[in-house]
Amino acid sequence: MSDVAIHHDPKPGEHGWTQTGVSNEKLGMWVFLGSECLLFGGLISTYMLYKGTALKGPKPHDLYDIPFTSVSSFVLLMSSMTMVLALSAIQRGDHQRCRVWLATTALLGATFISGQVYEFTSFVKEGMGYTTNTAASSFYTLTGFHGVHVSLGIVMLMSLFMMSVRGRLPQEKSEVVEIVGLYWHFVDVVWILIFTVVYLIP
Amino acid sequence: MATETEHAEPTEAVAHSADHAHAHPSDSQYVLIAVVLAFITGAEVLTYYVDFFKDHFPILLLTLIPMMIIKFAIVAAFFMHLRFDNKLFRRVFITGIVLATIVYMIVLNIFHVFKHS
Repeated sequence: MSDVAIHHDPKPGEHGWTQTGVSNEKLGMWVFLGSECLLFGGLISTYMLYKGTALKGPKPHDLYDIPFTSVSSFVLLMSSMTMVLALSAIQRGDHQRCRVWLATTALLGATFISGQVYEFTSFVKEGMGYTTNTAASSFYTLTGFHGVHVSLGIVMLMSLFMMSVRGRLPQEKSEVVEIVGLYWHFVDVVWILIFTVVYLIP
Repeated sequence: MATETEHAEPTEAVAHSADHAHAHPSDSQYVLIAVVLAFITGAEVLTYYVDFFKDHFPILLLTLIPMMIIKFAIVAAFFMHLRFDNKLFRRVFITGIVLATIVYMIVLNIFHVFKHS
């Protein structure tokens, strides 16, 4: 029974009715994510354009620590699983478990960000600053933008956690968790692209 | 009259919900999907350590790109529920992806990025 979420579409005049037949908030998030594809597409393309053009200083590819970044990628991937488990829990009305999964997701996201801060710090110590060369600038801009997205996601997750603790996140408002979840999963799929295109492809 | 309405509503609601029921994966299925994703990530990382791929760049690309697309599709389809949700969401998201891909492929091609690599 818990495997199936029954959804009743509201009728005209009822609360929640929309002309498209889908939630405006959810549709808004999907439109936003569609536009984000263009933002990250631009940043990834810029990196691809400049990655081989460094005239001085080390290139990002000379400094990558693939085992370390692989663990970070795994952590972010697993945070997507905990996020969807949080949604599943609130849809069942299991608020305690929802809070546990939301906190776990935020913790995994914070672990990823900590890894990124460590990576940036070690790169700067190795002599690759933001303005050392164009390859470094495009690398920091791309991964930095992604990091900012993850950080915003953590803020949203902690807000949901606090709302749940205060009893302001009832089962009927599970769509809020779903919308934040969509953002979180998008951040994860963007990292899937970055990990392959930036780190693994020489 | 009131009794008729009370009887009619649940029947209508059940028929309505049967039409619009969205079967999402169970928690154990989500964990299984995550295991598959972790396995593919492991395979991706493995290519970094295998010398064969260092000498054969086109084969490396043909190995990594499909794995990346599969991972992307799995997360979008199951974790983001695109497989189960309204088709409108899928269209909006795919439009963004296709538009970005076309625009930036043209840009990269103009700057001869693919020729260099």
